[in-house]
Amino acid sequence: MEGKYRLAALDWSSVANVTTQADINREIEELRGSGGPQPRLDYPPYRSSVLRHPTREKHLVDPEGVELWAPCFGHADVGGTESDLTIQHAGEPLGERIVVTGRVVDGEGRPVRNQLVEIWQANASGRYWHQRDQHPAPLDPNFTGAGRCLTDGDGVYTFQTIRPGAYPWRNHVNAWRPAHIHFSLFGTDFTQRLVTQMYFPGDPLFDQDPIYQSVTDQKARDLLVAAYDHSLTTPEYRLGYRWDIVLSGTHRTPLEDS
Amino acid sequence: MTSAPGQTVGPFFHLGLPFDGGNLLVPPGHPQGVRLHGRVFDGEGNGVPDALIEIWQTDPSGRVPRETGSIRRDGYTFTGWGRAQTDDGGHYWFSTLLPGSPFFAVTVFARGLTDRLFTRAYLPDPGPDALLDGLEPARRATLITTREEHGLLFDIHLQGEGETVFLSYPGQAR
Repeated sequence: MEGKYRLAALDWSSVANVTTQADINREIEELRGSGGPQPRLDYPPYRSSVLRHPTREKHLVDPEGVELWAPCFGHADVGGTESDLTIQHAGEPLGERIVVTGRVVDGEGRPVRNQLVEIWQANASGRYWHQRDQHPAPLDPNFTGAGRCLTDGDGVYTFQTIRPGAYPWRNHVNAWRPAHIHFSLFGTDFTQRLVTQMYFPGDPLFDQDPIYQSVTDQKARDLLVAAYDHSLTTPEYRLGYRWDIVLSGTHRTPLEDS
Repeated sequence: MTSAPGQTVGPFFHLGLPFDGGNLLVPPGHPQGVRLHGRVFDGEGNGVPDALIEIWQTDPSGRVPRETGSIRRDGYTFTGWGRAQTDDGGHYWFSTLLPGSPFFAVTVFARGLTDRLFTRAYLPDPGPDALLDGLEPARRATLITTREEHGLLFDIHLQGEGETVFLSYPGQAR
């Protein structure tokens, strides 16, 4: 047994340019606190970002025309059952049934009403229903992992789903992503468009995940973590999580709104 | 209030975001239809096969559409909004109408891009414009579409030579 373990260790160390979790942790540590409240676009610990981030500073511009408005979505776009990811197939998906709900507000705290929210995620085993996902964990024939809903008159969205599993990827050797649900959101202005990820409280993988850590400010990162809320938990049925989402500010004046 | 940080769309956004007809703001072959298309390039000039582009535009009269129905298009209503993923060569395309205002508002997402990027795709030969007129010629050119037989070409360079001008708006972290 000892020999087997030693051989495995030798395997990694003998390969040149293998990036370990320790290497990534060092890089994460060096960049900690170096960015603002949004993720750094230039964040080398997330290797795929190296050739895909702009090097020039963004150009500040006053929004005009269509940029002052967001596209409209309604019941023509989203069916009422699309917010329940557990009823899309003949049987019940495996895993821990959860409800995720929260309020979408703009930078001034006003609810974003009747607007589209889209989510996608891995199944309980950490496997995505996607051709390119080769993670050798089982697909669940009863779980696709995609949903949509419209916020209500108070800006509240609600999804019923399964808690996703941790997910292995190839950013470096033995890289694992904390459990997360991808969220896509629109505001009332084009400029408020947001795609992000929701995480679960207390995940042991937070410190070593270069995507979560691309937001180098702890307070900003905390905004991505849902809260367990027992008042949302249903007896003998599902656990409840609350995640409120603040978008950026609006630019339209009341005159333009009328 | 502090706004929530963005995060990358990752490699599996195809599961949740693209939908049938997302790139067809009007059906192909529409009498006034044009193709808006291009490629998304990385810093080494390679096409980005896992990018997602959204456009948002006025109708030909310059009106901002307020109609719903982009996700399940009825074939008649112009909603002004579309979504297209890139193919293996980094190419995306939309079938749409020419906006009555000077530009398409564009949002770019990709695996490896930690946050979405905003830009504008201007119609060819733009008039005086507050944004364009403040840019040096090479930078300005990255925002202007090229007229073609069937419509407009708009390549997006995430990094490097010809890097597209990306935008931030007042009050947002740059």
